[in-house]
Amino acid sequence: MAERLSNREGIKGMANPTRYGIERVAYWLQRLTGLGLLAYLIGHIFETSTIVHGKVAWDKMLEFTQTPQGHIILTLVIGMCVFHTANGIRVMLGHGGIGVGKPGQPEYPYKAASLNYKQRLCIWVSIGLAALAMMYGASVLFGD
Amino acid sequence: MAVVTAPKPSEELISIDKTSDQLDTITLRIARSNPAAGHETTYSEFKVPVKKWTTVLETILYVKQNLDHAVAVRYSCRQASCGSCGMKINGKPSLACYTRVSELHSNVITVEPMNNFPIIRDLAVDFKQLISNHKKIKPFIIREDSEVTPESKEFIQTPKDVEKYLQFSYCIKCGLCNAACPTMATDTSFIGPQGLAQAYRYVADNRDKGKEDRLKIVDDSHGIWRCHFAGSCSHVCPKGVDPAMAIQLLRGYLLGFQK
Repeated sequence: MAERLSNREGIKGMANPTRYGIERVAYWLQRLTGLGLLAYLIGHIFETSTIVHGKVAWDKMLEFTQTPQGHIILTLVIGMCVFHTANGIRVMLGHGGIGVGKPGQPEYPYKAASLNYKQRLCIWVSIGLAALAMMYGASVLFGD
Repeated sequence: MAVVTAPKPSEELISIDKTSDQLDTITLRIARSNPAAGHETTYSEFKVPVKKWTTVLETILYVKQNLDHAVAVRYSCRQASCGSCGMKINGKPSLACYTRVSELHSNVITVEPMNNFPIIRDLAVDFKQLISNHKKIKPFIIREDSEVTPESKEFIQTPKDVEKYLQFSYCIKCGLCNAACPTMATDTSFIGPQGLAQAYRYVADNRDKGKEDRLKIVDDSHGIWRCHFAGSCSHVCPKGVDPAMAIQLLRGYLLGFQK
């Protein structure tokens, strides 16, 4: 009721990557990859903790990482890790006011200086690096 | 004698000839709601004639004048100066007076109240939170000698000094940035891009002596640290204020990267 009265978009609006350009897509990917890496970290702790249940349990867990599903998950983790790191560096520098342009007289059609080509280029480079790392990771994992 | 016949309303996508003054017809869908009375949102559809320069606000006013007087909408200057007619047009926060129908490339236009603002009725939203956050950051020059006396001299600023904050002083408080912000979508206590950008406007002004006060206000868990630089505020700003830049520069100032 309160949500309806305040007319807030809520998580659905926050998680919607469309409407506001590539910067909003990068924001969405950063959150998504962050959650993915958190899930991986929890899974990784679970995986390594199986060793306390003895060698059989540990070997069984290792077997899973050698399956195609395990390889796909690891390939996704590589992509998430690279994108989150590269885009995270862009965002951290931006948070310090670096690379966001300088204030000046706005002129029609009022293109925002903070959404400049350097920022866009960094986002595309982050996506490209993630794709390359995933391709390399997949070739190593599935190549064996 | 020449006979002029009105063209038939078209249901095709609008492709208005820039040199033509010909009439076309669009379908305007207006979100209708009255939360205080417990009414859920419904959509009313109207056929509205448009020309090449017709703005979305003009289509709404056409509906009010000719089809349904009860549509609630806030507007004033009709020239993107007052910031009253902010609304969601085809899903994106925009000023209705500043958005031409022809630039939307659709013969169906949906207008809804801005998100992240409580709805008063239909397209009119409540600005209480925006104004209160704006006031909170002390949007005025703070200095002890600001009282004008016979001995007063003007505060001299160089064009370079003015350039540091001028862009941010163009804010018309339309609220589009707050409507587009992903943090505003979930955090009810967030100051919002409008307030934070205005905080920087005064921090960057070398006449102001209230930096410490303002920085204390924005240095809060619902303040500047909740901005994640999604840039949506700057994407929708109709005046080129670029709140995203102001917020990052302000944060840089807090972190010691900016002077």
